[in-house]
Amino acid sequence: MRVIELKETVTASNDRDAEALRQELILRGILLVNLMSGPGSGKTTLLSRTIRDLPDLRIAVLEADLDATVDAETIEALGARSIQAHTDGMCHMDAGMTRAGLEALGTEQTDVVFLENVGNLICPAEYDTGAQRRVMILSVPEGDDKPLKYPLMFRESDALIISKTDALPYFDFDLEKCEARVKKLNPMIQVFPLSAKTGEGMAAWEAWLRHSLPKKPAK
Amino acid sequence: MHEMGIVLHLAKTLDETAKEEHLSKIGSVTLQVGEVSGILTDYFVECWDYFKPRHPILKDSTLILETIPAVTWCDNCKRTYETVKYGRECPYCHSGETWLLKGNECIIKQIEAEEEEPDEASETDEPSSSKTE
Ligand SMILES: Nc1nc2c(ncn2[C@@H]2O[C@H](COP(=O)(O)OP(=O)(O)OP(=O)(O)O)[C@@H](O)[C@H]2O)c(=O)[nH]1
Ligand SMILES: [Mg+2]
Ligand SMILES: [Zn+2]
Repeated sequence: MRVIELKETVTASNDRDAEALRQELILRGILLVNLMSGPGSGKTTLLSRTIRDLPDLRIAVLEADLDATVDAETIEALGARSIQAHTDGMCHMDAGMTRAGLEALGTEQTDVVFLENVGNLICPAEYDTGAQRRVMILSVPEGDDKPLKYPLMFRESDALIISKTDALPYFDFDLEKCEARVKKLNPMIQVFPLSAKTGEGMAAWEAWLRHSLPKKPAK
Repeated sequence: MHEMGIVLHLAKTLDETAKEEHLSKIGSVTLQVGEVSGILTDYFVECWDYFKPRHPILKDSTLILETIPAVTWCDNCKRTYETVKYGRECPYCHSGETWLLKGNECIIKQIEAEEEEPDEASETDEPSSSKTE
């Protein structure tokens, strides 16, 4: 017997699949965004508003949440396509499941795909789905100490949306303190405080999204 | 189903390693599991035993688990302490501005394995071959 030192994470195989999927999508000019948050943080409301505000982009949604039928109807009423992804009862989406979901969805006529990941703050952060952007949503009612409780999620995200800012007057949520905590964990992270209800702050998020689009391949 | 997912990915990673390194059999797998990784080791071993027979290369392997102690950093007094013992609040200054330094990882440290015979490397995983008779 030979001893082989690996020092790899257990998910190394998934990481390779994810990287391959990411490169493929970039070449095809499709932006895949992995949306992660706890339940009820305002994902569906945010996506609805984003779809309405950006009519020139062809947006589709891959739902990994278990009770997503209501969400799918809301999204489709706005003219965007959506499909339920199969997580095989797992607590997260991985690259293989994401690829299967995208194939079922069909991505020929698509500019942006949002992956609405399973609603918890631990497992989804550990698995690369192949998305080019990882976006976390933290809603004001959840509290500004979330970064202390779930550091990995904040470290692994490219952007943090602090949602429901119209509710700030009613909650003990310190926006500056929260931002400072998050930046300490992840100095590169973009923070977008916004309210999908009033529209405040939506423009900055939408500009960042547009900026994240890969260049369309020249035909 | 956290453990099941991890075992699934672990098995897949090992299958790929075996192919790359031309291994015929894996004897042991040493995993380093962080104290606060959220992985329940008993349950993890159960999942492993369930998956083993499904991956020929792992059939006779043993799983060795090593624990990585969890350490927290206090940003207020710039000291470190044992996470499991004291939790989120710093035992020195009682600040809550603390971060986990290590202890939530899950790493494949090493494996013990047998290599394929070089001259018959191309047919070692041919299930229909009867050369063992
Ligand atoms: N005040 C306020 N409420 C909001 C805002 N966005 C969403 N909500 C409310 O928050 C609740 C949850 O919103 P959803 O958009 O369904 O959240 P979700 O993350 O999709 O929820 P799940 O899919 O159930 O996890 C609803 O009652 C929304 O009306 C906002 O910007 N401001
Ligand atoms: Mg929803
Ligand atoms: Zn301290």
